Formats: sequence, structure tokens, C-alpha cells
Amino acid sequence: MAETETKTVENEALRIVSTSPHAHSGSDVQHIMLDVIIALVPAFLVACFFFGWDAIRLTFACVLGCVAVEALCRKAMGRDLGIADLSAVVTGILLAFNLPPSIPTWMAVVGSVFAIAVAKQVFGGIGYNPFNPALVGRVVLLISFPVAMTRWSQWTIPSPIGTVDAVTSATPLGLVKTSLLSSGTLPYSFDNATMLQMFTGATNGCIGEVSAAALLLGGAYLLWRRCITWHTPAFYIGTVAVFSAILWAVDPSHNMPPHFHLLAGGLMLGAIFMATDMVTSPVTLKGMAVFGIGCGVLTMVIRKWGGYPEGVSFAILLMNSITPLINRATRPRVFGHARKKTPDKK
Amino acid sequence: MARTKAQFKINGGVHPSYHKGLAAAKAIADMPLPALLRVSMSQHLGAPAQPTVAKGDTVKRGQVIGEAAGFISAAVHAPTSGTVKALAPAETATGAKAMAVDIEPDGEDAWVELTTHACWEETDPKQLVEIVADTGICGMGGAGFPTHVKLSPPPEKPIDTLIINGAECEPYLTADHRLMLEYADQIAEGAAIIRKILGAEKLIVAIEDNKPDAIDAMETALKDMKGDVTVLVLETGYPQGAEKQQIFAAIGKEVPSGGLPMDVGAVVENVGTTLAVWDAVVNGKPLTERVTTVTGFPVQTPGNVRSRIGTLYSDLLDFCGGTTGEVAKVISGGPMMGFAQHSLDVTTTKTTSGLLFLAPDQVSEFTSMPCISCGRCVVACPMYLVPSEISQMIEAEDYETAEEISVLDCIECGCCAFECPAHRPLVQHMKQGKSHIMLKRRQKKG
Repeated sequence: MAETETKTVENEALRIVSTSPHAHSGSDVQHIMLDVIIALVPAFLVACFFFGWDAIRLTFACVLGCVAVEALCRKAMGRDLGIADLSAVVTGILLAFNLPPSIPTWMAVVGSVFAIAVAKQVFGGIGYNPFNPALVGRVVLLISFPVAMTRWSQWTIPSPIGTVDAVTSATPLGLVKTSLLSSGTLPYSFDNATMLQMFTGATNGCIGEVSAAALLLGGAYLLWRRCITWHTPAFYIGTVAVFSAILWAVDPSHNMPPHFHLLAGGLMLGAIFMATDMVTSPVTLKGMAVFGIGCGVLTMVIRKWGGYPEGVSFAILLMNSITPLINRATRPRVFGHARKKTPDKK
Repeated sequence: MARTKAQFKINGGVHPSYHKGLAAAKAIADMPLPALLRVSMSQHLGAPAQPTVAKGDTVKRGQVIGEAAGFISAAVHAPTSGTVKALAPAETATGAKAMAVDIEPDGEDAWVELTTHACWEETDPKQLVEIVADTGICGMGGAGFPTHVKLSPPPEKPIDTLIINGAECEPYLTADHRLMLEYADQIAEGAAIIRKILGAEKLIVAIEDNKPDAIDAMETALKDMKGDVTVLVLETGYPQGAEKQQIFAAIGKEVPSGGLPMDVGAVVENVGTTLAVWDAVVNGKPLTERVTTVTGFPVQTPGNVRSRIGTLYSDLLDFCGGTTGEVAKVISGGPMMGFAQHSLDVTTTKTTSGLLFLAPDQVSEFTSMPCISCGRCVVACPMYLVPSEISQMIEAEDYETAEEISVLDCIECGCCAFECPAHRPLVQHMKQGKSHIMLKRRQKKG
């Protein structure tokens, strides 16, 4: 009969035996990282438009730096290079996006070394790092090179208040902070023209954070590709909105309105691309919401009362540190278990 | 009689490629008697049956060749008439070994004397349960829980709902679909029999909405049935057919952790099982055959084959014309929960719902990565578990924590591993953790 046919099947089938399931969604880490890279393209293009060569220079320096350091670390540890998963590329882009345009290339490379070697590979590489590597790189640079990290380009304010210059080399948030500290007044009014500038990116800031429009576009792509869920960004941005709205309602002469806080600084970049970093944020949906709220509160506390004008990086890193606790606290109630904890019967 | 959409939504789940079109339109075909039938004494969960025949014995179809050993066990019957050629341990689809009886058919296919109960309506429910037990019926959709056990709930657990499971949520498989199309009346009568046994007021026939013809067929078959009868249309999605999920979708109640459906007053029977009950009661026939979907892209003529219990997988494939393309993986059951086979020298049991052949391009080799905490497994888990965390605990051999975070509630549906972008062997970890904990428990007891 068809004996021979059966034999060939057996020989072939013999080779692969594994546990169920024998089907897979087809997604993998590399594709997720590729999607994140694609989602960052609009912001990169905007950065190129406003910062020109500096945007390209920093992005390439950080990406090459991160990938090279990752490969070197993995090789030194005797493991496979692991750069094919593209996570180092994402870290590189995000680090570059968190740098001011005029920072020297070698500093960007130093940041890359810290991001990958110290914040990621020391802990065991992808999946094991407790803190967002790009943000660690940025914060190390911010603390080590405070001057270079706060040297911005020029920004024309449409509606300055009082004696404030129309052209400034501070960031929108920085100007608010210094003005409030020195004269106790707000430096400019947040009218439609200012809002439009900050929405499109015609403002001062790190190269990848200026354009809320480009970042939202990338965020929409990530949502569509299911690379992120809406929980973290929505709760993060929502908390900042509510927090700043309350401050503004209580004292509008010393606080910027909520839509300013949404568009200013690194909030969009942080909420969409950094707080949603899979490895360093919670796994449960409830946990993601808690994480987002925590980030929002900390961001606003730092913006309002902290020494730094911007608090996104610190807020996310601080929340990273309690991610395991959030995961524990937000485990869902398992199907078939009592809704409220019954006394232990042990 | 009413048709309703399921009101309760199960958590998570996934949408794999169903590929049911390969075999859905193929009418059930009877496979001729093969040269050899190897009937395993381990047909289901629970204790394997004890062989009652010896080498050289002649048997008739329907004759008991293995008797139930213990409460959660079911009798095994000769699938045809012939001679017992050997009694030896043989590998089952799960890879475990169990005693098996080799029968060489004599071609007569002569039945033992059968006692029919065409007027089962007058028969005592207890006697009906005995018939179900004596005919060796066990769940034909999944793990194969002996049916008579399900049908004998203790008096303190009254059953008000009988759910007939026609979801068939596993990709590729179409056997239950065909049964509903071709044997709707018999399934309806079988459901009525089980309903009478249980005294269940409500009868729900649950079918996924990707089988509209089966929904229509069952609706027609049930239209004259009295009482609270519903055809429940489930949204297509995996695992709608998982027992606990189906009960939730049907009546909105969660089977308590570690409990049984009877704890929420429900019993779920697969459509194939229901048909077997009908055949056992009305025709007196023990369970000696079942419909298996032989399918997959490399199979020459995929189809739904009714074959005797104990048919070699290789014979089943031959009946379907063998293969046309290269085969990379053979699975007993569906792709989500089935067992990969390393040989076709394995025989069917009462639970062999499908025999699936996967082509090389459908089988991916990969190296699993560390968990990147994406949370997709958490979203996908129909049991609301955190598979990523449990898997890490088991990797670290911290079984205590794994148990604390409810690894034992895992139904091994595979949704987590299906979604995992890091290709982590999550189900493998779950199985490992569960068996380790259960072993520890048994050792403590013993």
C-alpha cells in the first residue's frame, strides 16, 4: 500500500516534537522593536527639519554606540551578540531623542555606553533591566554634563509677558521655571500661536521631544500594531492634565494651563515611548494604569516643586523602580477565585 | 426553543488562523476496517482500564476487553470482531506507555448482543447512567473525562443546566461541526437523554458563530423540544470551547478554583459524546468508533473520518490519500492543545478529535528569549493568570510561589504561548509546574 509514503512522513515528523500550542501569532521581539522604530520615524523627520544635521548626527551616534556596546558586552560575556532583536537600536534612538541638539557627539556616546553597558547588560540584557536604558543614559548625562545638557537653540515666543525677551534659548518649561523663581510671574501667555508651535515642534527642547504631533502619530501606529496598550499613555497624560488643571484653577497667575503641560517638555515622548517600555513597565493592564498615574503625579510634582524644570525622565525611572511591586499588587483575580480574599485555610 | 447570542464575554483568548475550510465541507466518511486495531487501555484521564482478554481470544464488536479500574475510569470495548493478537504496552498520543490490546479483525464486524432502549423516556435515570458507564463513554472533545462520572453528581449538587458543547474552537478541527450537520436529530435526542439523567431544566447548545449551518441544523433539530432550550451563539474565538469558559459564556458563573462544573449546577458534554450517549442508549452500542478530522495542508484529501478506536494514525493518513507535500510536524488533536507525535505508529483513542499534519512553513524553529514583560500573555489568558510571572517562577524552580499565584488554575489552552513574542515555552512551564506540585501533593498524602 502507501507504505513508502507513510515512511517519509514519519522520518520528517520525527524531528520536531514540542509542547502545545503548535500555532503562534507570528509576532516576535524583533518585529515589535521594528514597529517602535517605525513609530519614531515621524519624530525623527521633525527633528531633522528643526535641528538639521544635529538630529542626524546624534541619532546615528547613539544608535551606533548602543549597538556596538551591546555587541561588545555580549561578546565579553561569552553570549550571542543579541543585536538582531533591534532593542539596542530603539534604545539608541530614544537616547538621542532625549538629548539637546548641541551636545557633543562624544557625550552622546558616553550616554550610550551607560545606557547599554550599565543599565542593560549588567543586569543580564534584554528582559532583565529594571530601568529604562535610554533614560538612564540621559540622566547620567544630565547629572554629569549639566551645562551641555541644557544648552538649547533659539526659540521665538509669540506672546511674551512683561520684560521677557521674545527670543529665548531656554525651553518653554525652563523659561517658566526661571521666571517664576526670579520674578514670580509667568514669562509668556499660552495662546493659540504658542500652542501651535509646541504642537508642531517649532520650539526648544531635546531633538525628539519637541513635536507632539509627530509623537502622537507614532503612538497611533504603536496602538494599531498592538505594541502598546492605551493604558500607560492615557493614564500618564490624563494625570498630568488633571494635576495641572487643578493647579491652574487654583492659581492661574503662577501656573501654566493644562494643555501647556501636555505639549511641553518630554511628556509625549515619555508617555508614548518611554513609560510604555515593555521590560520596565508592569505587565497587567491595571498595573499599567497605576504606572501611568504614578508617572503623571511625579512629573507634575517635579515640574511644579522640583529643582529641574522637567520631570518626565525622573518620574519614569522612579516608577520603573516599583514596577515589580505594581505587578504584585495588581495581579488579576484568577477565574474561579473568590472576589474578596477569604481567610487562609492553611 | 430560542436562539441567543452569548451574553457573557470570556476573558482574553486568541484568534489563530482556523483553516477549517480544509475539511469543513467534507461529509463524514467511514473508513474500512484496517488490518490491525491496537486498543489502548488508557483512553482518558484517570485510571487505565484492566484488560479482560488474553492473547488468542476471539472477541466480538462491543465486547468488553478492558474493565473500568476505579471510579474515574471507563470500560473499553472491542472495536470489531476478531482475534486478540497481543497484549503489550504501547505508546499513546501523549507519549506515555499504556497496556494495549492488538486485535486482528476477522472482517465480519459482528456485534455482541445489544440491548436497545428506544423508549428511554420510561427508563430510570440510574439505569441510563449504567448504560453510559457500561458502554465506555468518555468526553470526546478534550481530556476524556468518563461521562458516567459527570452524569452522577452527588445529591447535594443539583444540576440545572446542561450545556452541549459544539464550539469546536480548536483550529482545523471540523469533526464536531460535521456531526452537528449530519446527526443533529440524534444529538438532540442524546441531549434529551442526558437532560433526563441529570434532571436539568435548562438545555443550552453552544456553537461558535463561524458554523452558521450547524447553528441552523441544531435549531431545527431542537425546535420541538420542551422546556428551556437554547441554541447559544458564541463569538468565534479560542478557547470558547474550554469547559470553564463555555459555562461562563453560557450562564455567567465561574467554576470555583479546583472545583467542577457541577459546583455551579452545570454539566458540559461535547456533541460527539452526546451522540455516543444516544447510540449507547437507543441502539445499545458501546463506544467503538469516533469521527476524527484528518487534516492539514500536506494531506492529499483532508476529511472527517469515522474509524474504529485503535486505528493506527498511519492507516488514517493512508485512507486520506497520504500526503502530497513535506510534513514537518504531526499533531494528535488540534494545534492549540494537541500532542506532537514522533511516529505514526500510534493508535486513535476515544479522544482523538483530529490528526493534523503541518507543512514545514507552518512550523517555526526559534530560540526562546527572556521575558520582555510585554503583558500579552496576561491579556490573552482566559483564566486571568499572569503567565509571564508563573513561567519565571517555574524557571527558577520556585514552585511554592508558582502555586501561590495559581499555576494550578491553568487550563493549558496555549493562548499565552501563542501570543508570546519572546517565544517562551509558557505552556511547557505550566505543565511542568503543575505536575511537580501535584506530585508533591501525592507524596505528602502517600
